[in-house]
Amino acid sequence: MFSSLKSVIAKIGHNFIEGVWHLGAGGRLFFYILVYLGESIRRPSLIVREIYATGVLSLLIILVSAFFVGMVLGLQGYNTLQKYGSSEAIGVLVALSLVRELGPVVTALLFAGRAGTAITAEIGLMRATEQLSAMEMMAVSPVGRVLAPRFLAGVISMPILAALFSMIGVLGGYFVAVPLIGVDSGAFWSQMQASVDFREDIVNGVIKSVVFGIVCTMIALFEGYDAPPTAEGVSRATTRTVVYSSLAVLGLDFILTAFMIKV
Amino acid sequence: MSDNIVEINNLSFGYKGRLLHKGINMSFPRGKVVAIMGGSGSGKTTLLRLIGGQLKPVKGEVKVDGAVVHEQGREGLFNLRRKMGMLFQFGALFTDLSVYENVAFPIREHTDLPESMIRDFVMLKLNAVGLRGAHNLMPTELSGGMARRVALARAVALDPQIIMYDEPFAGLDPISMGVVCNLIRRLNDALGATSIVVTHDVHETFSFVDYVYFVSQGVVVAEGTPDELRKSDMPFVHQFVHGEADGPVPFHYPASDYKLEMLRG
Repeated sequence: MFSSLKSVIAKIGHNFIEGVWHLGAGGRLFFYILVYLGESIRRPSLIVREIYATGVLSLLIILVSAFFVGMVLGLQGYNTLQKYGSSEAIGVLVALSLVRELGPVVTALLFAGRAGTAITAEIGLMRATEQLSAMEMMAVSPVGRVLAPRFLAGVISMPILAALFSMIGVLGGYFVAVPLIGVDSGAFWSQMQASVDFREDIVNGVIKSVVFGIVCTMIALFEGYDAPPTAEGVSRATTRTVVYSSLAVLGLDFILTAFMIKV
Repeated sequence: MSDNIVEINNLSFGYKGRLLHKGINMSFPRGKVVAIMGGSGSGKTTLLRLIGGQLKPVKGEVKVDGAVVHEQGREGLFNLRRKMGMLFQFGALFTDLSVYENVAFPIREHTDLPESMIRDFVMLKLNAVGLRGAHNLMPTELSGGMARRVALARAVALDPQIIMYDEPFAGLDPISMGVVCNLIRRLNDALGATSIVVTHDVHETFSFVDYVYFVSQGVVVAEGTPDELRKSDMPFVHQFVHGEADGPVPFHYPASDYKLEMLRG
């Protein structure tokens, strides 16, 4: 009884220490990446290449998802609003939901699943096949050559993807509300224009997506760089990227919203 | 200038309290091809990583061109590494770059040469390893032997003073093995470099190296020219050179008495 209790406490302690160690190692890697950012910015071709891999290749899944999310918002929103006789406000509901919350959050979750896992797997395999060691032996820093450009690409891509998500989502909502249900087109757009505030809604959404971009890309990079050089190690690291990114995005979304919203 | 470009003095290294090397001494004279041989897990590759500064010794030192490797800062270490080229066991080619771009990688990273000159250098190195015609291929399109030769071209792209080879013959067919042996010797002599070859392939290695160190259980157990070692009557060297299953290196992993264990059921 006593020994099993002791082993449970030891396991909790071990996991806690492991967690703190990982946080510290992640923080140190983040610092190194910041140190190498200047060097990366001077080589824009590397960043453009990574923006293509992380951003452009994620476009399809982001845009298709956005259209469906917008259509669902249109349907659900109309269903509720018509009970109160304000179905013209459907444009406002769709736009605010997307710009404030769903745009940054769903984009970040899809980004973690599509681009984050790709980054982790690629870097993990580069480590497993000694490509990063080879770089070090050529007096080239893997942090500067491999990680920093990917970090910048992730941080640049995320707000653009979130903006596109919101835009296509609004079109999805319009498609359901106006041609299918018959809400007045003028009311849809004019109420949206009148109610969506640039500073309060759009800028706050962009701030969220930049923060999510930093967090999701950093988690993907760290998990790949820290992955044990085995097939199992890379596979676990890829899973951790999705799990940690999703939890971090949802948790941070609450914290950021709490700071941004005026109650 | 010392005659030895690399010197290992009283080097000890280990992981988690277990010592892998216990006071190793080796020297690598300029212009020579030196082999480090030993069984699997004897720490041969770790020695290369210690020379390259990717690991720090517990005790002792590695000197490269007179500089103590583990005392160098980041800049100093990178300056030392610019004098080195390393061929990894499976090539470690960058899989997202073509053969041409792999060989051009260190040139692009460390020089500001115009593209036309980079092309000349890359083609020169690829020609030296016989793969000029494969410059457009991707690493996934190469056989093991070809990948090793491309990695060799990349390792010597900047004409290093020291070339390190980690198991260059692993998994190669006899023809590729002969080609790689020949290339190591030819490149070393053409560049006036020093080559350190980590391997356990006795016959191929003895045919082209100048000097051999045998490592076992963390220490250098024998050293000499290939001719001296062929004639050696040291039990370890004899077992290794003739590929005998049992001897000073036991066939069985330490275990309790077999008969007793079977009787216990």
